[in-house]
Amino acid sequence: MKLTLKIWRQKNADDPGRMVPYELDDVSPDMSFLEMLDVLNERLIVEGEDPVAFDHDCREGICGMCSLVIDGTPHGPQQATTTCQLHMRHFKDGDVITIEPWRAAAFPVIKDLVVDRSAFDRIIQAGGYVSAPTGSAPEAASIPVPQADAHAAFDAATCIGCGACVAACPNASAMLFTAAKITHLGLMPQGQPERYGRVTAMVAQMDAEGFGGCTNTGECTAVCPKGIPFETISRLNADLLKATRKAS
Amino acid sequence: MAVTGAILVLYLIAHMIGNLKVFLGRDDFNHYAHWLRTMGEPAVPYRTVLTIIEIVLTVAVILHMWSAVSLARRARRARPVRYAARPTTQEHRYATHVMRYGGVVILLFVIWHLLDLTFGAVNPKGGDAQPYDKIVADFAPSHWYITLFYIVAVVLVGFHLRHGLWSAFQTLGWGRQNRYRGLRLLADTVAAVIVLGFVSVPVLVTIGVVS
Amino acid sequence: MSTVNLFTDGEPIRDTKAPEGPVEQRWDKRRFGGKLVNPANRRKLSVIVVGTGLAGGSAAATLGELGYHVKSFCYQDSPRRAHSIAAQGGINAAKNYRNDGDSIQRLFYDTVKGGDYRSRESNVYRLAQVSVEIIDQCVAQGVPFAREYGGLLDTRSFGGVQVSRTFYARGQTGQQLLLGAYQALERQVAAGTVEMFTRHEMLELIIVDGAARGIVARDMVTGEIETHTADAVVLASGGYGNVFFLSTNAKGCNVTATWRAHRKGALFANPCYTQIHPTCIPQSGDHQSKLTLMSESLRNDGRVWVPVAKGDKRDPREIPEDERDYYLERIYPSFGNLVPRDIASRAAKNVCDEGRGVGPGGLGVYLDFADAIQRLGRKAVADKYGNLFEMYERITGEDPFEVPMRIYPAVHYTMGGLWVDYDLQSTIPGLFVIGEANFSDHGANRLGASALMQGLADGYFVLPNTISDYLAKGPFPKVGDDHEAVVEARESVTGRIERLLSIDGDRTPDSFHRELGALMWEYCGMERTDEGLRKAIDRIRELREEFWTRVKVPGENEELNQALEKAGRIADFFELAELMCIDALHRTESCGGHFRAESQTPDGEALRDDEHFAYVAAWEYTGDAPVLHKENLEYENVKMVQRSYK
Repeated sequence: MKLTLKIWRQKNADDPGRMVPYELDDVSPDMSFLEMLDVLNERLIVEGEDPVAFDHDCREGICGMCSLVIDGTPHGPQQATTTCQLHMRHFKDGDVITIEPWRAAAFPVIKDLVVDRSAFDRIIQAGGYVSAPTGSAPEAASIPVPQADAHAAFDAATCIGCGACVAACPNASAMLFTAAKITHLGLMPQGQPERYGRVTAMVAQMDAEGFGGCTNTGECTAVCPKGIPFETISRLNADLLKATRKAS
Repeated sequence: MAVTGAILVLYLIAHMIGNLKVFLGRDDFNHYAHWLRTMGEPAVPYRTVLTIIEIVLTVAVILHMWSAVSLARRARRARPVRYAARPTTQEHRYATHVMRYGGVVILLFVIWHLLDLTFGAVNPKGGDAQPYDKIVADFAPSHWYITLFYIVAVVLVGFHLRHGLWSAFQTLGWGRQNRYRGLRLLADTVAAVIVLGFVSVPVLVTIGVVS
Repeated sequence: MSTVNLFTDGEPIRDTKAPEGPVEQRWDKRRFGGKLVNPANRRKLSVIVVGTGLAGGSAAATLGELGYHVKSFCYQDSPRRAHSIAAQGGINAAKNYRNDGDSIQRLFYDTVKGGDYRSRESNVYRLAQVSVEIIDQCVAQGVPFAREYGGLLDTRSFGGVQVSRTFYARGQTGQQLLLGAYQALERQVAAGTVEMFTRHEMLELIIVDGAARGIVARDMVTGEIETHTADAVVLASGGYGNVFFLSTNAKGCNVTATWRAHRKGALFANPCYTQIHPTCIPQSGDHQSKLTLMSESLRNDGRVWVPVAKGDKRDPREIPEDERDYYLERIYPSFGNLVPRDIASRAAKNVCDEGRGVGPGGLGVYLDFADAIQRLGRKAVADKYGNLFEMYERITGEDPFEVPMRIYPAVHYTMGGLWVDYDLQSTIPGLFVIGEANFSDHGANRLGASALMQGLADGYFVLPNTISDYLAKGPFPKVGDDHEAVVEARESVTGRIERLLSIDGDRTPDSFHRELGALMWEYCGMERTDEGLRKAIDRIRELREEFWTRVKVPGENEELNQALEKAGRIADFFELAELMCIDALHRTESCGGHFRAESQTPDGEALRDDEHFAYVAAWEYTGDAPVLHKENLEYENVKMVQRSYK
C-alpha cells in the first residue's frame, strides 16, 4: 500500500519543530509500524537526509521504550498493543498517518519522536520500592500472599512505564503510572511497612515533575498497552487520604 | 474538588426537594420559602441559618471553581505543545469531556438564576413578588425561551454531576473494578433524579398543570 | 585454507580461584578465603557497572547497598528497559517446595547435563546453591510470583526436567524480576550510592597498569565522549545474538562492551555456543526487524507438521491427513513434539531445506492445535494458551483456532562470552563479567528458566562477595582525565566515530547488518560444516571491508544519531562473527547448541567428542589470527554420558 506520513521533526530540544510529510510506497500489511518507519529511514539515509529518530528496543511489547502518538492516539488504533506490535494491516492504502511524540512538559522532546521520560525513574526513586537489601530476605515461603491479592498486584505490576497514560491524558497526568506501583506494592505484605510514606513521597515527586492533575477521565486506562486497571488510581487516592489523616 | 462538589450536590438535593413543594400549592410553597429565612428561630435571629448556608455555598462554589481553574491551568502547563492530530478519545462518555465548559455555562446559569428568583432583578414580576408567582411568571408558556434555557442548564448540571459524582467516588478512594458498575449507576441515578426533579417544575408550569 | 592459518594455539588457561575440595564446600571456602573491605572504606572505592539487566541491575543495587560508590550505565532511556524484561518462562530454584525429589545436587546435575558437559562444575554447583536465596530475595522485594490458593508460591516444571522447580509470574517472569532489581537500584540512586547514566553507551575500556580502571562512554543525546574511571569495572552487557540480525534479542542488544574488552585483552570463551529456540514466529518478509519467541509450552499440545510434498502451497486445512508429515512424531516416537530445543530446531531446518517449509520464503512449519481443540475443547485450549494465541494473531493476523500456527527457530541466547574465573573476573584484573555477557554456567546449551537464575545469582550474591577480594587491594591511585591511557582510549573512540562518519558511502548500516546476519544464520546457525564456515569467514572479511568503504552514516556525532550507534555496533559484530566462525570451525565435535554436520550419530544426533573437546575455548585477540587457550573441564561429580531422545 501507499501511505502519506506526517511526522514531527525536531532537531533537538531547542528547535521549535514542525510536521513534515513523507510519501511511502510498497508498505506491506505484514510490517509492524516500526518496520514501516525502518523502511522510510533506510530511504532517507541513502538520500542523504536525516533519518527519523524514534525510541524502540525489544519490539515485542514489553520494554516500554516505543512511544508514538499515531493519529492522536498513543500507540495507535489497536487497543492493548504497543506501537512495536501494531501492524500495518490496520491501515489501508492511501491513508494519511500523523505521527507525533508524547506531549508533556515532563517529557521534553530530545529529537523528533524521542522524549525524555526520566521523570518516571525519579518517581520510582521517591519510594517505588520495598527496602529489602540483598541478603536480608526471610525464607520465601514464610509470608503467604492470598492468591487474589497476588493476582491484583500482578495486574498493576505489569506496567511497562511507557508513558502512554501521560500522553493520552487531557491533563498530561502521570497518575496511572504512579498508581500502578502504589497498588502493586500496597497489595503485597512486603509493601506494608512503607505503604503510606511511599504514596506521599511518590505523589509529591509526580507533582514536582510538572505532570498535570488527575480528573478521572479514564483516557489513560483506555490507551494503556497493558490494561492497567483504573481502580489503581482509586487505590492510590485511598492510600493518600489515609496517609494525610495519619500525618495530621 | 470532591469535597466542595459533595457539598454542592447535597445542597442541590435539598433545593430540589424544596422546589417540589411547588406541587403542594401556592401557600405551602410560599410558606416553605418563608421558613427558609426563619429557620433556627428563635435560637438565632432571622435569616441566620440561611445566611450561613449561603456563605458555605458561596465558599464551596469559589473553591470548586478555584480547583477547576488551577487544574486546568496546571493541565495547560503540563502540555505546552498540543497534538497536531485531534486526540481521539477512547473514553466515550460525553460527560467526561464537558466538565470545564459545562461548569462555566452552569456558573452563568446560576448567576441568572439568582438575579431572577432571589433578587428578582430579571424576573417578569420584579423583586417583590411572592416566590410562587415568580416561578409561574418565569415559566409561563409565553416565556417558553426561559423554560428552554432553564431545562438546558439543568441538563448540563446533570451531565456535570454524572461525571462529577463518579469522579468523586474515585477520588475518595472507593473505586474498584467490581464496584464501578454500581458506582456508575449510583452517579447516573442521582444525576437523573436531580435533573427530573428540577425540570419537572418549569415543564409542569409551562403546560399549565401548575398555575 | 587450513585452520592453522585461522588461529594459533596458546598456553592452557586455568581457573585459580575455585578452592579445592568437595564441590559443595567451595563457595563457603571462597567467601571465607577472599579478603573483605571494611564498611568505612567502601565508600572510597568506586565500581562501574555497564548494563542494567538482571545481572547488572542487581549488582549495582547490591554494591550500592554495601556502600561502594557505583556508576551504572545503560543505553536505554531507563534501567528498567534492559532486555531481561522480555524473559517469559520462569526462574529455577532448588527449593524443593513440591517435595518431588529436587535438591541443589539435582539442579546442579541437570544444568551440567543440559549444558552437554561443557560447563565448569564449581560454578554450576554454586549457581544451584545460590538459586535458593534468589527466590527469598525477590519475594522480599514484592515480586508478585504466582501463588497457590493457600497463598504459597506456585512452581511448574519447565524445559523437560522432571521436577517442578520453576517459579514464575504469569508469562512475564523476567519483567517482574527485573523491575524488582530496578526498584532496588533506584532506591540506591535516591540514597546517593549509585550514579545512574542512562542513554550512555560504553565504547571502550580503559586499562591502566594492566588493570581495568574505567570506560569511555558516549552520551547518546549530546554525543559527548565521556571518560569514567573507577577502581573496578563490571560488564553486564548481555549476549551477542544480534550478530544474526534477526533474533529474539532487543534491537539495541550488542557486543560492543564485551568486544572492546576482548580487544583490550580479555579472553572470549566459546563464542560459537548459541541457542536457537524452536518456537518463534517466522519471518514475514524482507522488512522483518526482529523475531518474537512464543513459549515452548505450546509444544505440549500442538502438533508439528509440514506437507509431504515439496512446495505444497495449499491452505493447510485442505491438506489431508495422509499428505502431512508429523516429522517429530515420526523421527522421535518416544519424545515426539517435546524433544529438546536444539533437536526440534534442527529438524525444522531440515524439512525446510528439503523444500517442504510453509509460509513466506518456505521458512516455517505448522504447529497445529486442531487435535487439541477437538480433544480438550476450544475453551480449555483458550484457557491454557489464549494469551499466546492473541500475541500470534496480533503479529501475523491469523487466528490459531482457525489456521495452524506457523513457527520457525530463531536465535535466542548466547552461552559464550568473556572468560571469567570462579570470582567472575576476566583475564584483565579488575574487569568482572556477569550474566549472559560471561561464558560461565550454561556450557554448550542453556536450560529453560536458567538465564534469570544465573543473572540474579551473579548480580545479587556472587559478584558482591567476590569483588571485595579484588577491591581490598584498593583504593588504587587516582586516574586523571589526562592520564595517557585515558587519553588514548578516548582518542581511539573519537577516531573511530570520525572514521564512520567520514566514509559517506552508499549503503545503510542496517543493510550490512542484514547481510551479515543472513550469512551467519546460513553458515554458523543451526548446523555448521567445515566448508560452510570457511566460506562464511571469507565472506565476512569481504563484507567487513566493504562496510568500511561503503557505509553511509548521516548526521554528526554531536546529536542523537541512531544510525551512528548502529554502525559502531555492526563494526564490532563483524569482528565477533569471524571469531564465532573460527571457534565453530575448530570445534569439530557437536555439543549442545553447536551442531557440526560432520559429527553426528547414525541417527543424526549431536555427537560429542569428549576426548578432544572437553575444554573451554578461550580466545585471545591479537589483531590477526586469534590465539586459542584451553581450559580443561574436569568432572568429579557428574559422569559424562551421551544424550538420547529417541
